Parts: sequence; C-alpha cells; structure tokens
Amino acid sequence: MAKPAFETPRIPDFPEIPVIVEGAMAHSRPFVAAPDHQEALGFPGELVDDWHDTAIAKMGEMLGKYRGLRVFLDSCVKCGACTDKCHYFLGTSDPKNMPVARQDLLRKVYRRHFTLAGRLFPKLVGAADLTEEVLEDWYRYFHQCSQCRRCSVFCPYGIDTAEVSMAGREILASIGLGQKYSNEIIGKVHKIGNNLGLPQPALADTLEGLEEDVEDDTGVSVRFPLDEAGAEVLLVTPSADFFAEPHVDGLIGYGKVFHQAGIRWTLSTKASEAANFGLFIGSYENMRKVARRIREAALELGVKRIVFGECGHAWRVAYSFLHTLAGPFDFLDPRYPVPQHIIEVTHDLIRRDALTLDRSANDERRITFHDSCNVARASRMGDTPGGQFTLPREVLRAVCNHFFDMAPDTTGESTFCCGGGGGLLTDDLVELRVKGALPRMQAFKEVVERNQVTHIAAICAICKSQFAKVLPYYGFEMDQILSVHQLVGDAIVLGGND
Amino acid sequence: MSILTAACTFALYAAVVVLVAGLARKIVQYARTPAPLKIPTTPAPVTRTGVAGRLAREVVLFESLFKASKWTWLFGWVFHAALLVVLVGHLRYFTEPVWLPAALVQGIAPYAGIAMLAGLAGLWARRFLVDRVRYISAPSDHLMLALLVAIGATGVAMRFGVHTDIVALKAFALGLVRFDWQPIPTDAVLLLHLAFVAALMVLFPFSKLLHAPGLFFSPTRNQADDPRERRHVTPWAARVGEPR
Repeated sequence: MAKPAFETPRIPDFPEIPVIVEGAMAHSRPFVAAPDHQEALGFPGELVDDWHDTAIAKMGEMLGKYRGLRVFLDSCVKCGACTDKCHYFLGTSDPKNMPVARQDLLRKVYRRHFTLAGRLFPKLVGAADLTEEVLEDWYRYFHQCSQCRRCSVFCPYGIDTAEVSMAGREILASIGLGQKYSNEIIGKVHKIGNNLGLPQPALADTLEGLEEDVEDDTGVSVRFPLDEAGAEVLLVTPSADFFAEPHVDGLIGYGKVFHQAGIRWTLSTKASEAANFGLFIGSYENMRKVARRIREAALELGVKRIVFGECGHAWRVAYSFLHTLAGPFDFLDPRYPVPQHIIEVTHDLIRRDALTLDRSANDERRITFHDSCNVARASRMGDTPGGQFTLPREVLRAVCNHFFDMAPDTTGESTFCCGGGGGLLTDDLVELRVKGALPRMQAFKEVVERNQVTHIAAICAICKSQFAKVLPYYGFEMDQILSVHQLVGDAIVLGGND
Repeated sequence: MSILTAACTFALYAAVVVLVAGLARKIVQYARTPAPLKIPTTPAPVTRTGVAGRLAREVVLFESLFKASKWTWLFGWVFHAALLVVLVGHLRYFTEPVWLPAALVQGIAPYAGIAMLAGLAGLWARRFLVDRVRYISAPSDHLMLALLVAIGATGVAMRFGVHTDIVALKAFALGLVRFDWQPIPTDAVLLLHLAFVAALMVLFPFSKLLHAPGLFFSPTRNQADDPRERRHVTPWAARVGEPR
C-alpha cells in the first residue's frame, strides 16, 4: 500500500466537536464516470455545453417530483442543530461537511432561481448563481455525504440531507458529471446481475466451493443452491457475500440457518445482488430497474418468500421501497412480510427454539454491534418500531456470551455511519473514509478499553468492507469486523433434525 | 379619516392579504407535490395516529431539537412558547367581549414578552459565539432576529414605559375586524411596532418562516412506517418504465 497522503485523525479521549477549518476537504473528489458508464444509465456521456440551464431545469423538474426536496429547501432556519452531527464534519473539520452547509450548496442556487427573495436580494438571503465553482463544490461535497440520515434525526423539521445530496447527484449525472464508482457498478447490475460482475458459472463455482468448505469443516452437507426453481425462499444478498471476508462467513451462516430450519432456499443469478446503487445517485429510474430484477427472479423461480441478506442501504431499498418500485407481491406467501430480513428469519427461529445453539462456540470473542445507518434510520425489522435495534441484539445474545453495547449516543437512532456508505466505498475517497470513521472508531475504542471487546459485528456489506479497510488506520486489526451471521453460523449445532 | 390612519389601515390589510395568500400558495404547492417514496426517519410510528402524536411532539415540545442541542432548544422553545402567549394576549384587542384565553393570559403576557426577548437574545448570541452557526448565518438570518427583537422591544416598551392610548388602539383594531375604520393613536412606538409586525407578515411566506407549514409536510416526520403493509404509489412514479 502506498503511504497515504493524509494523517489519520488521533482518537481523542472524549468525543470532540472540531473548530471549523475552511476548505479542509476541498481536494476530495471521486473520479468522474466515463462516457460509456454514463450513457449505459441514460445520462449524457460528458459535461453538456449548456450545463447551467440543464441543471436548473433538472432542479425545477425534481422540485415538482419530490415534496421532501421542496419542503427541505424552504424550511431550514439555520438553527445549527445538525452542525455537529455528521461524522464527516467531526472527522474532517470542513464546514461544508456540516449538513446545513452541504444543503446550502443546493439551497443557495434554489433560492436564486426559484424564490422571490433570492431573485430580488440574492446577497441578503445567501442566494447564489450556479457558477463553475459552485458546480465543483456540488461534485466534491455531495460525494462527502454517505446518506446516513443522522442529521435528519436531530433536525427540528426532519430535513434529510440524504435527500438533498441524492438530488444533487442526480442533477450532476444528468448534466454529464456522474460518479465513476456508482455508475460503473449500476451498469454491471443491469448487464450481469450483480455489483461485481460475477457471471453465472463463477457464481456456481464459488457456491460449490463453499459447500465443500462447510462439509470439510463440519462433516455436514449444507447446500448453497443457485437458480433452483420451486425453492421456498429466494435469498437476495450483497455480492460481496460470495467471496469477501468477513462477508462470506455470513453467507455460510445463512446457509446453516436455512439448513437447520429445513427451509428450501435458493440464490438467483439474475438477482445476485441485494445492493441498489440507484439510491446513491438519486435516480428513481435506475433504482426501479435494479429492483425489478428481484421481482422477475422471484416469479421465474416460483418462490414463496423473499429474504434479504446482511446489507444496509439494500435493506432500506428492500424494506421501504421494494413494494413501491416492484410491487405488488401478491404472488408470494401472504403469511410472511415482503421482503424479510435474514435477521428476522433467524430471530423467529431462535424464538421458536427451532435452532440448537452453542454460545460457548463464540467464547473467544467479546462482541459489540454496529447499527448500520440505513437499517437504523430508514427501515425496521419485526413488528414494532425499533425492532431494527432489538432483533439483531437478541440474535447476538443468543449466539454469544460476551456482548457489550457501545455508548448510547453512538448506537440506535444516533448511530454513526461506518464512513463508507452511500456510494463512497471507493479507493479514490480513502482519506474521506478514514476520517469519517473517526466517531465510530472512538466509540469502538471505548468498549475495547472498558469491556475488552475483541470484535465488532455488523449487518451491512459496506460497513464490513469499510471497517476491514479503516480499522488498521486506527491501530486495530482488519479482521476485528465480523458478520452477525458468522457468529450465528459458528454457534449453530448442525444435524439432528434432518 | 386622517392620512396616517388610512395608510396604516391599508398597510395592515395588505400585509394580512400577502400573509394569507402567500401561505395558501405554498401550502397548496406542498400538498400537490408528490412524495414518491416512503422516507420516514425511523424508528417511526406505524400508524397515522402515531404520526399525529409525533408531529404534535415536534410542534409543542420541539422533540428533535431537544435531542440535538439543549441550549438551542431552550432558547428556541422559550421564544416560541412566549410568542404564543403574547399572540393570544393580543387577541384582546380584536375581540369584544374579550376572548377568554386572551383574558386568562393577560397577567403573564407582559412577562412573556420579556421571555421572548430573552430567547431571541440567546438565539442571536449563538450566531456570533458558535463558529459553526456563525459560518451558516446569512445576513437575512440576522435581520430576521433583528425584526423579531424590534417587535418585542417596542411591545415591551409600550407595556412598561411609553404607554399608548389603549382604548383608542382597541377601537382601531376592532374597526379593522369590523370594517368600521377608526383613527389610530399617533404614538411613534406604536406605529413602529405595527410597521414591524406588518413587515413580518409580508416576509413570512417568502422566507425561512416557512418552517412552520413545512414541518407538517416533511415526509421524514409525517409518514407512517408501513411500507411492507401498504404499497405506496404516486402517479409519476407509477408511470416510470411504462411504454409511453
């Protein structure tokens, strides 16, 4: 690894709100999407000549399509409640990473073009024209937001910066300035079926290898079926689960759960990806197209239930948007929610005593749990509000003896993003990712010191990859991040009921 | 009728018309703009009744702001609560016999005026003292506070020092309501007070004061968390991907 050109922040003894440092992250901008990747998604290949007018027209169109955007741009009173809530601000000190200041990049142009006050008295009300400099700020700072919604918890009007940065990114893409990482990946999903571009034979090969590994380890033949028509459950999981560490250990865990519960399940080539990067770029059209694959796969395979693997933003799109984007799902078994989270499946089996679990299998590990941002603040599990916090913890407590929560202002609805969400999990943004992880690393360090915690468990592919990358920057080991279902898989006592 | 009375009468009517029409225009715009996706900030209530409760807590208690910053909450809540008391108290000028709630708050309304100023002072101080809030403040943010302070200060001044002819003022106010116009007292402080209030009413629908109706239309706060139980579709979103 080349020596990083930045300094990893020092973890202070107590959380600190930094003094602002203007321009501290002005150099951070991800690679722009190549013309091919832009055009594949229906966007212009490069910056269009009349980008200014096109951008303003696009903004006008979106103001008419999204009530949230309109209300959020009008309502902010600049009270400052959000200013110390964003992990990127806390980690970088750049004032444009304060949620309100990030929104203001769009709001000042909105005011100039769409409000009377901004048209008449731009200087007075902080309105500004969309200059090249402002456009450059849009590209930089709308790609320094992981759309984690922490600010929206604390805003007295519920203003959600994620909505604003998504709108900003959609405007940017529609004038030719898409982001390489997200758009390239969406192209792969449209074309092949998953973010990694793994074709069917590679997938089949990988799953076969997994079956052999599990049999070698346990002596039990646990199946990892692909494209099996007539299965009861279609499992849609992030493609990182097929090969990356620690993700793949989670996939093994899901397989063991289904095996022990006697549920016939299958993966699908067509829907071999749970993530929906259409969300990250704010494009309803792309989000819908990616979501429809899941419906098609479910119909083709004739399954009765759809279950999602461990993935944060994916679960948001699945839980909150799947019905809207790809419903109705009247062809599925009405006794189960559509879709279900794998945690809900496992939790239900544990509650019904359908799994034999040996907690002591995880006795070497002392575990804490990272609430993934989009699971925490944009979805739910189970029947009651807050189930997204209680269910994973109940599963963890059922499979390990040593569980410790991080500080309450860093968990639950106040959880800090891992620093890599929302389309930022790319090497061209590594400085941002490392610095944005500071608040989470601080909370982790505290439980490491207080409770001798050894591992952090997560239910999101992005969180897992991000932590594996940034933990070493803060003096931890990359393998201290685990999948929740890895812990489940290790505690399950196989056999006995087949 | 004197020119002054005519001008004040006309200005106040005009301000009310701008306020009502401007707000109505924005409320219609918000109501007509679709919300294509379910985006409540979770954990969120799962029923409409629950949502009403959540909104009520935001409006009455400033629940989210309380989670965010205790100082901002304290200043903001004191200002808004005191403003409400003051507004209710002012209804005694427009009702005869005096509306009961207006009569009930009469004893505390003057002190509410002072509390209102204290809240505003706290909010304004933050714009200078906290570097983050200083960074995000535009001139209009300071001017809005200045206007509110001017309204409060002239009001408190009349109550505790430079009294105006309250009987004549009430006749003028009732005249406005009954379209039976009466002369306005000519005290400078009163005229300033009314001019500032008229300015605030005119600014309301064109400024950040839109946070008041905005909260009720904020999808992160006004949506129920029920996307798995109820399919949420809006017309433009339903048409995406269909053959044209």
